[in-house]
Amino acid sequence: MDTQKDQVTIELNDTRLEARQGQMLIEVADANGVSIPRFCYHKKLSVSANCRMCLVEVENAPKMLPACATPVTDGMKAWTKSPKAIAAQKSVMEFLLINHPLDCPVCDQGGECDLQEMALGYGGDTSRYTEGKRIIKEKDYGSLVSTEMSRCIHCTRCVRFGVEIAGIPEIGGTGRGDHMQIGTYVQKALSSELSGNIIDLCPVGALLSKPFLFSARSWELKSVPGVAPHDAVGSNIQIQTRNGKVMRVIPQENEAVNEIWISDRDRFSYLALDSEDRVTQPMVRNSDGQLVETDWQSALEAAVNGMKMVASTDGGGALGALASPSSTTEEFYLLQKLMRGLGSNSVDHRLRQQDFSGQSDQIAPQLGTTLQQIEQQNAVLIVGSDIQREQPLLSHRIRKAALSGAAVSTVNPDGIEFNFPLSGEVVTDQLTPALSAIARAMVDMGMGGDLSGLSALVADANVEPAHQAVAESLIGGEKAMVLMGEIAYRDQNQAVIYALTGAIASMSGATFSVLTEGANALGGLLAGAVPHRDTADATVDSVGMDVASMVDMAPKGLLLMGIEAESDLAAGPAAADAIRKSEFVVSLSTFADSVTMGKSDVILPLAAFTESSGTFVNAEGEWQSFGGAVAPKGEARPGWKILRVMGTMANLDGFDYNSSEDVLSEVRGLCDQAETEKWSWSALSDLGDASSCTVASTPIYQVDSLVRRSEPLQQTPLAHAGQATTGGAE
Amino acid sequence: MISEAARADIDRWVEKYPEEQKQSAVMAALRIVQDENGGSITTEMMDEVAAYLDMPPINVYEVATFYSMYEHKPVGKHKLCVCTNISCMLRNSKGVVDHLQEKLDIGFGEVTEDGMFSLKEVECLGACVNAPVMQVGEHYHEQLNPEKIDRLLDELRQES
Repeated sequence: MDTQKDQVTIELNDTRLEARQGQMLIEVADANGVSIPRFCYHKKLSVSANCRMCLVEVENAPKMLPACATPVTDGMKAWTKSPKAIAAQKSVMEFLLINHPLDCPVCDQGGECDLQEMALGYGGDTSRYTEGKRIIKEKDYGSLVSTEMSRCIHCTRCVRFGVEIAGIPEIGGTGRGDHMQIGTYVQKALSSELSGNIIDLCPVGALLSKPFLFSARSWELKSVPGVAPHDAVGSNIQIQTRNGKVMRVIPQENEAVNEIWISDRDRFSYLALDSEDRVTQPMVRNSDGQLVETDWQSALEAAVNGMKMVASTDGGGALGALASPSSTTEEFYLLQKLMRGLGSNSVDHRLRQQDFSGQSDQIAPQLGTTLQQIEQQNAVLIVGSDIQREQPLLSHRIRKAALSGAAVSTVNPDGIEFNFPLSGEVVTDQLTPALSAIARAMVDMGMGGDLSGLSALVADANVEPAHQAVAESLIGGEKAMVLMGEIAYRDQNQAVIYALTGAIASMSGATFSVLTEGANALGGLLAGAVPHRDTADATVDSVGMDVASMVDMAPKGLLLMGIEAESDLAAGPAAADAIRKSEFVVSLSTFADSVTMGKSDVILPLAAFTESSGTFVNAEGEWQSFGGAVAPKGEARPGWKILRVMGTMANLDGFDYNSSEDVLSEVRGLCDQAETEKWSWSALSDLGDASSCTVASTPIYQVDSLVRRSEPLQQTPLAHAGQATTGGAE
Repeated sequence: MISEAARADIDRWVEKYPEEQKQSAVMAALRIVQDENGGSITTEMMDEVAAYLDMPPINVYEVATFYSMYEHKPVGKHKLCVCTNISCMLRNSKGVVDHLQEKLDIGFGEVTEDGMFSLKEVECLGACVNAPVMQVGEHYHEQLNPEKIDRLLDELRQES
């Protein structure tokens, strides 16, 4: 389109402004800092123009026009503060307040309420109404969202959110006229993984955070920016505190990452911070086998001496370390530095992965493109992933692509459903044959690629129409991506699946995206918290023990960081046994789980999410740093501080950091130098056993120790939804 | 459960719309289901209509609660819909209502003990020229007075 022709000039409040043809008046006003009051209009939702609050005067228009639904035209003159506009805004305000209760003093929205602000700015000072107000019975939306529907002004933002963003229309407007009510009609808890966002969207106090209800006023809260610790999106959040306690978490707008949304997991996981089983004191096991509380100095000495003892008797190789995949990059870096300093390469954070045979050939788990670019894709293939539950806001970008016409197809076990339309579906509990068939279809279509090692598998594959369709849509897509998710990544034949998925991506010229568990898997790899690579992808002289080998071999000395063995590791009970068999176990623990408490020789209380500064590297490779929002509970300390002191006490060089920023700049510096070299992927030479068993995706509210302890999350329908499980891998 | 006959009837309506717009048939489908169920619909029926037309249940609830011709509570065999809007009001619809309430011993939204009649207040039926007006089934009864109403009630009783 001709950009010149596309531009129009309008006059808003007698100021000349440039705008794009077809833009709504309210968008132009927003872009130029002219404020127009509104309730129903929201930049991320469709225009409904039903609240009438944004009425403005437009030249030659007989009546006031809603700015949200009035497209600009060349030469248009509009006024937002003319006597007519002000009169209209005042009338609308009066209408909206006819039925709105005057209960601001007991309403959680008070102080951050659009209606309150607009009433102050545009409303009258008294009410002419003496009639009774409409009362609506409270509705039960489940454990996350509380309702007070008498306050509802029928803007329908929550209704549109359900249809347009969550993709699960659950809320609607039933009845009509004076009897219209916003609600679900039948009593039901909201089932979307993004449901909490309607709390932010609601311009009045009708939809509120249930766990936060009546606990603080908005003006008492101090807001600290943070990064959500549950998935590889790295959603930006505001952690709001009062008197050193986290009161709630709300989204921080970042168009490039989470837009204005956060998942329910990100919003409500803070509720775990106060759970009763927080570890708040350093503890050491005495000669009677009892854990006794002690001071930091003695506990750290016991920890370091114990580990050095193992290293001196059995060699550094007898030590192993396991860290949560949601540890900060600084923690990962110091952990591997400590372990390598003690002579061990056995550091790992890939807790739910089972097959490590292909690790040296694999690229870091990353998107390969930006989150925003996902929306521009024409074809997307999702391999082994319940992406909507694994990475809710990344899935939202795929949904946007699908709704604007992208062909999205899946190779997944049965029972996984998405809130976006699929153009092709291969339902299987055997990923390898399905992927081989798609690769074969591509080869048959004349797509060349490096299939060394995979040739036999691909040649034997049986191509069905579903496989053919997936192959065609990927090849046909101008911008295509192949996304390998948790189910595939955790498979017992991960190496083969990885190679096949990579081959499919390379043959079709698609971006190869690999997503795995935790908030910082990429940071963990970059920092070198893996047995086969040092910091910044440097090679290691000998590959240490990975998670699976540590479970098999039970290292003599174990250092655990933020881990609950039975829930966090794929091996579960076997992992717990390995820990119990180990001779000396040091745990940096936030929560007291039974395995840790039952076995550890030293327990060091680890600061939780919101209590420590650090950096997460999200799936697109963005380093996002954050500070601590509150002081750690009890005697707990941030992981980087604990590890720094352990390094110093072990007489290792280079542990004299003053702040987490010092640690960050060191690891960042190393990685930036290495980034000139491209991460490489090459096809496998050794296929091993190619029979494939699929594992289940980790349930959305079971992924880490925080969400598992967030009671409101556990009460949602999603926490109880049947999870897709097939195969017999576990 | 929606019967086979009802399904066939709904299908006739579905056919009238483009294939990807099955949900356009929702009003007809609700009416068919309501008729089959003796004049009212239940939430389960709305869910079935939603599933049959491949649309979210909440959208069916919205339609079914918006239009006053859908009943969500059981009604009598004959639903007497009395207009009380301005024209009928000026022509003494109140008298009509009072007479019916006294005669049947029920109020608006109630059903007679024998399940024969229910009474409903409705908005303008578009027959102001012959106000006051009442709709029973598919028929309009106009220029009502007590005698006419008594006759009508007798006829309706005899019919069944």
